[in-house]
Amino acid sequence: MLVTEQERLKSDIGTWLERYGRDRSALIPVLQEIQKKYTRISEYGMQVLADQLGIHPVEVYSVVSFYAFLDHKPKGKFVIRLCRTVSCDMQGKARVAQQLESDLGITFGETTSDGKFSLEWANCLGMCDQGPALLVNDIVYTRVTPAMVNDILETCRKTFGVYALESTHEEGHA
Amino acid sequence: MITPNHKAPLTFATIEPDAGLKAALAKPRVDLIAEITASQLKGRGGAGFPTGVKWNLAAAAQADTKYVICNADEGEPGTFKDRVLLSDHADLVFEGMTIGGYAIGSKIGILYLRGEYTYLRAHLDAVLAARRAKGLLGKNVAGKQGFEFDIQIRMGSGAYVCGEETALIESLEGHRGEPRNRPPFPVDTGLNKLPSVVNNVETFAWVTSILVKGSAWFKAIGTQRSTGLKIFSVSGDCKQPGIYEFPMGITVAKMLEAVGGSDAKAVQIGGASGHCVPASEFGRVIAFEDVSTGGSVIVFGAHRDMLHVAKNFLEFFVEESCGQCTPCRDGNPKLLGGVELLEQGRCSMRYLNELSSLGETMQIASKCGLGQSAPNAFLSIVKHFKDELMGRTQGEAH
Ligand SMILES: Cc1cc2nc3c(=O)[nH]c(=O)nc-3n(C[C@H](O)[C@H](O)[C@H](O)COP(=O)(O)O)c2cc1C
Ligand code: SF4
Repeated sequence: MLVTEQERLKSDIGTWLERYGRDRSALIPVLQEIQKKYTRISEYGMQVLADQLGIHPVEVYSVVSFYAFLDHKPKGKFVIRLCRTVSCDMQGKARVAQQLESDLGITFGETTSDGKFSLEWANCLGMCDQGPALLVNDIVYTRVTPAMVNDILETCRKTFGVYALESTHEEGHA
Repeated sequence: MITPNHKAPLTFATIEPDAGLKAALAKPRVDLIAEITASQLKGRGGAGFPTGVKWNLAAAAQADTKYVICNADEGEPGTFKDRVLLSDHADLVFEGMTIGGYAIGSKIGILYLRGEYTYLRAHLDAVLAARRAKGLLGKNVAGKQGFEFDIQIRMGSGAYVCGEETALIESLEGHRGEPRNRPPFPVDTGLNKLPSVVNNVETFAWVTSILVKGSAWFKAIGTQRSTGLKIFSVSGDCKQPGIYEFPMGITVAKMLEAVGGSDAKAVQIGGASGHCVPASEFGRVIAFEDVSTGGSVIVFGAHRDMLHVAKNFLEFFVEESCGQCTPCRDGNPKLLGGVELLEQGRCSMRYLNELSSLGETMQIASKCGLGQSAPNAFLSIVKHFKDELMGRTQGEAH
């Protein structure tokens, strides 16, 4: 990691701890913020957070490894989570999964080499009457068909172009 | 993108805003809790504990700080009613939490919202801000001198087990979502070891409705042991999946008729943790004393492969087990292994019986509700669909 990025992360953690309070109950909210902005929780980040909260880094790691939405490994800018639970399964999730893999050129659990997309399974997304459902980051798509997959990815790619420029520009001030 | 799927208007749509809170604040605390107790409302999150009893215990606990926690972790496969309630009736839910705060003597409410529902966050923050602006949260709530209450939102991070109330509390405290031993119960040793009431989203909305319409109204509906109305999330092979409101005690057959699923061969009631009811038992009633559910109803048409269903549920539990205790951590993969043998047609009746008794052991020996109910679907599918499961030939298409 670049030194500047480490510094940025450290100062972000400071800001978030101000917001959520400097005690153990702030741990998960701060981890969620790190995950969202940096798409992963690095060892350095865990170390800084542990120091600030006066706990052992292993404690932080143990929390990160427990929750499906927190990850040590770098993830794509867009994390696609396809629901694999029975109602979505009965509504054709397997074919949507197949198309996602073909269009992205990766399998579930992987991230594209350009760092744009990660593909994951999710358990019940609570859209059981409108499946198959998937999440792209925080946004939910319902009644997804194999043919829709490309449109969803294209929407992401378009956002990515603009968003990427904005976020490099803004991250320094965040 | 998210189309509301109400098949009929819910009672919640007819409840006058703030009327429940005003009625509650006009009563002494004891009378308020007595009103909830008299309705015999039982928790709508699945376990069915009487809400009035829970609140009474928390009210009696001695502490300066207490918490009212709304469980919006809604992770049970096939359940989506809490999402709809939070989208369409968030005020009723927050009102119910505020009533809870007054009843037990708490200033702090927390909504634990599952990470998968992050898209609801902005809406919920806006509803909370509007309530603050109207004086319905904050100091002297709704003009009641000395009653202070506010609500914050905390997000989950993709762990089904965090819906279990003690795991939820662990998660709020910044730990892994590993369930605690019970007792002690959250009503005396909850968040930060302080008295806490944890209730489901729907439970809070019914509290508000009961305060408006009276406990007698609620109690007159349903069965003797399961009073009132219940919201159901219906999905699977039926003509009209979506959200429904039915009285407790409705038969499976009647519900199927209403949702256009009468030709089903089986229905999973209560989600992955629930039971699979075959067509021969559609006369059974949905109530705490018979087939109990937090609201998930999944309909299986004649062409569905029940082994595939059992496998899907077991994969879910293998992944979502917190791994703390052996019966659940090791039992679920064993059952899944059995399903794989059945798929290949290589499971003897003797081994299947062994797996069934393993499942029964898990029901007794697991530490929390996850492991205790994980084998339910497998056991009920094995019980009712042996001929469909056994003796498969290699490559048989189901
Ligand atoms: C594995 C597991 C998951 C649970 N998930 C939820 C949930 O998502 N929502 C919920 O309200 N209750 C859930 N519960 C039940 C809670 O532990 C608790 O009983 C409930 O929140 C109490 O509220 P109620 O009395 O209003 O139902 C779950 C229980 C277990 C064992
Ligand atoms: S039953 Fe399962 S989820 Fe519950 S404590 Fe044991 S291992 Fe964890």
